Amino acid sequence: MPQRSDLSIRNASKHFGPTRAVDDLSLDIPANTYVVLLGASGSGKTTLLSILGGFTAPTQGQILLAGQDITLMPPARRPTATVFQDYALFPHMTVAQNVGFGLSVRHLAKPQIAAKVTAALEMVGLAGFGPRRISEASGGQRQRIALARALVTEPAILLLDEPLGALDLNLRRQMQDELRSLQRREGRTFVHVTHDQEEAMAVADLIVIMNHGRIEDHGPPERVYAQPRTRFAASFMGDSTILPAAFGPDHADTPLGRLPTRPMGGSAVAIRPESVLLTEGEGTLPLGLLTVTERVFQGAFARITGRIGDTDLRLRCPPADAPAPGATVPVHLARNGAAGLAD
Amino acid sequence: MRRTALTLAILLPMLAFIYLPVLTLVLFSLHDGRVPVPPFQGPTLEWYGRILANPRITSATLASIGVATLSAALSVTLALLAGWGLARHSVPGRKWVEAAILMPLTVSYLVVGLGLMVSYSGLIPKSLPLVVIGHVVLNLPLAFAILYVQFDRDQARLEMAARDLGATEAQVFWRITVPTLKIALIAAFALCFTFSWDEFIVAFLLSGFDPTLPVVIWGLLRTGLDPQTNAAGTLVFLVSVTFALIVELFLLRRRNAAKV
Repeated sequence: MPQRSDLSIRNASKHFGPTRAVDDLSLDIPANTYVVLLGASGSGKTTLLSILGGFTAPTQGQILLAGQDITLMPPARRPTATVFQDYALFPHMTVAQNVGFGLSVRHLAKPQIAAKVTAALEMVGLAGFGPRRISEASGGQRQRIALARALVTEPAILLLDEPLGALDLNLRRQMQDELRSLQRREGRTFVHVTHDQEEAMAVADLIVIMNHGRIEDHGPPERVYAQPRTRFAASFMGDSTILPAAFGPDHADTPLGRLPTRPMGGSAVAIRPESVLLTEGEGTLPLGLLTVTERVFQGAFARITGRIGDTDLRLRCPPADAPAPGATVPVHLARNGAAGLAD
Repeated sequence: MRRTALTLAILLPMLAFIYLPVLTLVLFSLHDGRVPVPPFQGPTLEWYGRILANPRITSATLASIGVATLSAALSVTLALLAGWGLARHSVPGRKWVEAAILMPLTVSYLVVGLGLMVSYSGLIPKSLPLVVIGHVVLNLPLAFAILYVQFDRDQARLEMAARDLGATEAQVFWRITVPTLKIALIAAFALCFTFSWDEFIVAFLLSGFDPTLPVVIWGLLRTGLDPQTNAAGTLVFLVSVTFALIVELFLLRRRNAAKV
């Protein structure tokens, strides 16, 4: 039963002594959105999540849920539920007792609890695991138990603190897909904290890139990746070549010539490696002759580093087409391949 | 091989040094003779029969069990509440409060006993309740030391998760804190029980006309050597060993569980 649960963060700050973990941050999250707070450690993303969960009171600012001020509402009464980084499963309870805990403390009738627990375990693919002990569960299973335990309380907002950090790569990919489809089916807002930009792009409707307690950029993954707003966002989200630029109304003058892009107020443009092409195509722009200095095979593609004049440039191409180090090849910029940055 | 021989040459006398007195005590409790001196004759259970028929010893045993149970329960309860309060709430001068609670560990039993005797004289007559108070004074720091370290970050996160799921403070305490500390609580209780059960000085100074078992045994010794004393001592020893084993078993289980 989806509910109107637009979340609004208004001018939130959290100071720890002289450190501003969250610094005058505002963000509106529409209901039923999968949000990823992305940033390095120390960027304030975990503090922000903790403010949303009610574990940390902001020094200033407000948190509104569906228009209601929940800034000082304690976690127990807040319509949020958290999946903790280490899962924080109760070791003295069975899987079913863990999942049912949130219902049992609200004094629901036992048969009702049992039915909801069964449904929740089924939802996360752990049907029949109820009677087991927590110590018998694997890492991936613990993750699902924590998810079921949080979702069974039907929170308006599910908060996930680095939920996949402890899992190996294959399991992480699988859980990303499951989280994504779970969010779609459940129709709740998920706020997911991670430092992994690939994970962010895989699951998010809305990526919020954080740095020094502020938002560097936020938007749909495609936009944030292709047109990062700031220099930090461009370098944090994947590989980029960042060139100094002087902007005109619809172009930027860079060491590689005049590139079509919109000025964003800064003095640099970012070029993604996959926007640098070895072949001419529709709407491409010649960048000049690239002298290859390095070639790294990465499976599905090869990563090439080279120079045009004094400017280093990175590109990606199919391994079969990859020029060898020392070769000189003409390269082209894909259409809309340059993104103007703010500072 | 030579190292093994050397190890044994050191280990065996050491073990003998530690355990020979206890073994002698136990052995001569079975001695068939009026004075517990070699050569050993018997065995016989006569002395055990005598002490179990001796009303002074049986009532002192009951008194000791009561004092140990009550003082251990009080110590553990107070230590749990103190630990929870100090670990989970911001307490001004926390370090000083911790130090004040732990300090009695360093004070000699004689000083504690004398202090209590002087402080309570005129307020409470010398009696078993006063011994209980004395043993709580001695054992509270021990129970606190065992329990306080359990309130670590992992434990805090479990409590945080419970609150997040809607649990009230009372539900967090009874459904998360107490059950997850169960093993430490049992270990602390067993240790406090053993210490109280064995304790002589404070019990001697404060028990008045209702002596505990160690005080009665001491009284028996004053009238000369008698296999009855050995039998009583053996019973005291067996109870202590049982509780020590309980502690060891629970702590071992915890260590193994922590590896999972």
